[in-house]
Amino acid sequence: MAKVMLEVKELTTKYITRFQENIYAVDHVSLKVEEGKSLGIAGESGCGKSTLALSLMGYYFPPLHYTSGEIIIDGRNISGMEPDDVRKSILGKEIAYIPQSAMNALNPTQKIIHFIEDVIHAHESHVTKKEIYERARKLFEILGLPESTLQKYPVELSGGMKQRTVIAISVLLSPKVLIADEPSSALDVTTQKMVIKMLRDLMEKKLIKSMIFITHELPLLYNVTDDIMVMYAGQIVEKGTAEQVVFDSIHPYARGLMGSIIVPEQGLRDVKLTAIPGVPPNLKNPPAGCQFAERCQYVRPECKAMSVNLRELKGGRAYRCILSEEELREAYQNG
Amino acid sequence: MAEERKVCLRGSKLTKVFGLGRQKTVAVDHVDFSFYEGEIVSIVGESGSGKTTLAKMLLGLLNPTEGEVYFQGKKRDIGTHKKKKEYWKNIQAIFQDPFSSYNIFHKIDSVLLDCINMRGGRKFSHKKKVEMMTEACGFVNLKFEELTNKYPFELSGGQMQRLMIARIFLLKPKILLADEPTSMIDACSRATILDMLMQLRKEIGMTIIFITHDIGLAYYVSDSVYIMEHGKFVESGTADEVILHPQEAYTQRLINDVPKIYEEWDLSTV
Repeated sequence: MAKVMLEVKELTTKYITRFQENIYAVDHVSLKVEEGKSLGIAGESGCGKSTLALSLMGYYFPPLHYTSGEIIIDGRNISGMEPDDVRKSILGKEIAYIPQSAMNALNPTQKIIHFIEDVIHAHESHVTKKEIYERARKLFEILGLPESTLQKYPVELSGGMKQRTVIAISVLLSPKVLIADEPSSALDVTTQKMVIKMLRDLMEKKLIKSMIFITHELPLLYNVTDDIMVMYAGQIVEKGTAEQVVFDSIHPYARGLMGSIIVPEQGLRDVKLTAIPGVPPNLKNPPAGCQFAERCQYVRPECKAMSVNLRELKGGRAYRCILSEEELREAYQNG
Repeated sequence: MAEERKVCLRGSKLTKVFGLGRQKTVAVDHVDFSFYEGEIVSIVGESGSGKTTLAKMLLGLLNPTEGEVYFQGKKRDIGTHKKKKEYWKNIQAIFQDPFSSYNIFHKIDSVLLDCINMRGGRKFSHKKKVEMMTEACGFVNLKFEELTNKYPFELSGGQMQRLMIARIFLLKPKILLADEPTSMIDACSRATILDMLMQLRKEIGMTIIFITHDIGLAYYVSDSVYIMEHGKFVESGTADEVILHPQEAYTQRLINDVPKIYEEWDLSTV
């Protein structure tokens, strides 16, 4: 069996607002990523995808607070560590993060190579500038980026180029887990493809050991990741392989997401896109029962009464609904 | 369509050049087009192909370097501010970023009231105005009672974009120019917005010019598609023609770049 790179057990984190209200944006999330595998996280805006990404790094700063659960990276438990220790010994080396607006992550007053020097010196103090240059050059060569990029300022690079440079810098210290939070959502389709290809190359060339990819674009996830997890209101509502979640989802919300896919293929114009009515619940005072009950078309009276647990199926699949798999499938068939 | 279609907006040799001498950039290069009434037209191209510059010229926000725009058969005249305002009653836009489309100091009511006033409803009773606003919000699945007295930043991105469509519903322009209206909002709200645009077309029979880089979106909504590369239209025709049987290599590349689920997505061609 492959080595488990990242294991998260019942992680819960919350935001504390100015008025001392607790907002549980990540609610008892468990996941596991094996070596050489990638996990996709899907969901609409405000469902807690990005908060989960931040929480996974174990680096909390207000208003985000750690509540309970464990994060284990390659056998090492990092939950409860001091933020300073996390920054020095975990970030970059063990787990790296590509933020959504990676284009703004570069320092506009520094050349790329100086930025790289800073990054490496923060973790390894006795490396000469020459060695760093050599390392960066090699990495850029492997990833197909021109060496001249190193001597440029961020403003001289296009959006796609900046994004790819940031990705290259984030894997400099060969992290065990790479978290990519919507790395391509601000790019057009052509540059998006380049970024995706680069992420795939990273996996194939073993520069990173595992990846978590966050986006709301399901076709993209299907093409990039092995497994997909669908989140709703801070909870996991469905888990399975990419194939299973895209073509054969069980949870009504996951099915609703599939209905909004747009791909330029024959027959698209005859299909009516289905949107999920309503908005996600306010997490300041979440509903008592199923979080999705308000918007679910298969809702039953008991849905709103009791909380719903994640049902585990064989083969690592799971979904969160009080109805059994057969009952749900029957409901879909009858429309 | 068998019946005679009326040309709504026509451009001939429309050109925009930025800069001078060696720094010269031709953003839009002698483009000709005719958009018909009641049609949804898509302009597709990658970033930097001149889509937005063209849109700004159509809106009258940029002056073309060369060429003319004809609106309903007549040469467009927006020489004075008054004429420009008159023109904007006929053409309206939805932009990419809903967060910067609103004045943050104005409440939502005033956004909608401005539209009613612009359409000559200044003398309507308050009750009538509220009725109209409720209707417009209802059209886009928003509740006016929940929105009244709120500020735009209290809404989510999808709600803001929908409110933008409610504005269009009140204004009833001849042409709507949508510049990447869905690229900043997530996939679930995207379907809602697209459906609303199509419903709006049915309701008030306007022409929609849809600008996007995602050819899948263009295929879903539009009747005809124009493909733009380096400021020129390289291919145009009905959506089925262009997307299912592309002739130009550039169009084929754009189609290949969109992630697919039923076919293999070829990553080697980057």
